[in-house]
Amino acid sequence: MLRSTTSNWFGVAPAWLVIGIFGLLPMFIMLAISFMVQDPYGGVEWGFSTEAYVQFLFERDLDDSLILNTIYVNIVARSIGLAAMTTILCLIIGLPVAYFIARQPEDKRNLYMLLITIPFWTNLLIRTYAWILILTRNGVVDARLQWFGFEPGTFDLLYTNTAIFIGLVYSYLPFMVLPLYASLEKMDFRLIEAASDLYASKWQAARHVIIPLARPGIVAGSLLVFIPSIGAFIAPELLGGGKRMMLGSLIYFQFATARNWPFGAAVSILLMAFVMIALLVYARAAKGQGLPAGGH
Amino acid sequence: MAAGQSAVEARGISKVFPGGVKALDDVSVTIRENEFFTLLGPSGCGKTTLLRLIAGFEFPSAGEILLHGLDIAHLPPDRRPVNTVFQHYALFPHMTVAENVGFGLRMQGRPKGEIDRAVDQALALVKMADYGARRPSQLSGGQQQRVAFARAIAPRPQVLLLDEPLSALDLKLRQAMRGELKTLQRETGITFIFVTHDQEEALTMSDRIAVMSAGKIQQIGAPLDIYESPVNHFVADFIGDSNFIEGAIDTIKGDAAVVKTPDGIAIAARMNGPHKAGDRIAVALRPEKILLGAGKLKGEVREAVYLGTSTSYVIALGRAVTLSVREANDLSGKARFAVGDTVKLDIPAGAARMLAD
Ligand SMILES: Nc1ncnc2c1ncn2[C@@H]1O[C@H](COP(=O)(O)OP(=O)(O)O)[C@@H](O)[C@H]1O
Ligand SMILES: [Mg+2]
Repeated sequence: MLRSTTSNWFGVAPAWLVIGIFGLLPMFIMLAISFMVQDPYGGVEWGFSTEAYVQFLFERDLDDSLILNTIYVNIVARSIGLAAMTTILCLIIGLPVAYFIARQPEDKRNLYMLLITIPFWTNLLIRTYAWILILTRNGVVDARLQWFGFEPGTFDLLYTNTAIFIGLVYSYLPFMVLPLYASLEKMDFRLIEAASDLYASKWQAARHVIIPLARPGIVAGSLLVFIPSIGAFIAPELLGGGKRMMLGSLIYFQFATARNWPFGAAVSILLMAFVMIALLVYARAAKGQGLPAGGH
Repeated sequence: MAAGQSAVEARGISKVFPGGVKALDDVSVTIRENEFFTLLGPSGCGKTTLLRLIAGFEFPSAGEILLHGLDIAHLPPDRRPVNTVFQHYALFPHMTVAENVGFGLRMQGRPKGEIDRAVDQALALVKMADYGARRPSQLSGGQQQRVAFARAIAPRPQVLLLDEPLSALDLKLRQAMRGELKTLQRETGITFIFVTHDQEEALTMSDRIAVMSAGKIQQIGAPLDIYESPVNHFVADFIGDSNFIEGAIDTIKGDAAVVKTPDGIAIAARMNGPHKAGDRIAVALRPEKILLGAGKLKGEVREAVYLGTSTSYVIALGRAVTLSVREANDLSGKARFAVGDTVKLDIPAGAARMLAD
């Protein structure tokens, strides 16, 4: 008995070590920094202060009284909204794509999945720069549409919310398709025949059979898209031109430019807390359906 | 049985799959209303394909399918008043038993009260009334089978298609389900088209059987006709056991003829088709129809195998003909003859049947 628990402990020790060093430790450092005091020269000073968290919601007036400040809350709301829209669009595009691939013969399925992962072979930064050329004034989209009589610049999409949105959907779509495919591939397609035999139209079969059975993939894919989208940095910076501040840029700005580490850390912690709460709610909702919570 | 009225009619149906497999070759068959009709044939002969064409999962390469006189060959499955019991049940794993059974009616948009009543009724019919709240994964194979029946019957289809529904069950359960299925068909009055490769299943349950081979229908008839009067070599061989004897027609007297083998053994056979004296012909002869111990023919016992209720002999007649003969054991339970014995045989008139090929 003792033997087996000891050997078990040795078995999982490397896993805990990795989680501890690369997961928990940085998180605690971040938590600690968020409660420290800003050093006028850039770093942090020892000491305990909740100032960073107060700053998130309030401004200090000259007489030290607190005034509600919605700038940061707005940034958070805008980031969440954009992440949610990205997730929904990825789902709308990803579901038919994953379904189509899952219904192909085996050799073709592997080829299509390879194609889905091809973008990962190139750095995201470079791929996002490519989007600048596509979306800019007289860029690929704008120039082509000029052939149809549109004024030059009508489709100058660069540095708009639309551009950020396109960039986010493009970057994270594979993270939606992969888990969706994984759950659809396991599905018994004879169930769809059974549904249509029982008078279900194509749409009804999708709604009552395919989507419920793809639920684990939908949950996993949504998390994989939503979470990185909230804190995304590259697409908002390059395609949004940093004009409209997003959470990722805000955090970057606090560490790199404003040199307010405690505030940057506090925003990170708040973001993490929000994601964790969202995860729990999601997991509970998935469990309520009698299905595996998240993942597989 | 209300004979005459056709429920399903296939006219000259052919089906060629991409890749060139001809699964059905000019199949025509009429299935009557309220009939228990069986498609019987070896694996790969096209039974499932014919069923899938009737259900609407596949479309014919040629020919038409009529349902109560209307051509449905190009309607999608959800527009046909036909339901299927799938070979592997295909129950929806994310729904309860009751939700599964009510699925068809829900998709048709029936009112909830009606659905609940129909679900209760269908579950009671298959003796699963207490299982409505369970999930399919919590049921045994036999129970899942019953739920699959209930789900297919609940919307009251005009025709029920069953693709080897019993093949996944163990022997005892399979035999018990045969009787239940037959009762279910009688009580619901729905036309059943039942697919199987098991001749015993076909003979015990069906009103009529279509024997299929290589994409073609070989013979259609009541179980008795199929067994007693097989039209060709394939049917005589596939259903039950047969001896095949080749020879030429010696004499013809009305319906009766005498067929002589090359080494002069004469066998009385029933006429089948327009033959004349001198025609080369094959006859089929059931092992249990040959009588031992008396008669004009003589043979030597080569093998004797005890089968419990009967004994199976292999008997050589002359050099070229060996017959397999089955005889019921007498009260002592012992076989009457041993290997090496010389026995007299009689082939009663009408026992042997001429074959078309
Ligand atoms: N989708 C398909 N594509 C190609 N060939 C098929 C397809 N379905 C069936 N076949 C072929 O058609 C023939 C008949 O098959 P099937 O109807 O399933 O036979 P059965 O049900 O009598 O065993 C077989 O040779 C099978 O390989
Ligand atoms: Mg089959």
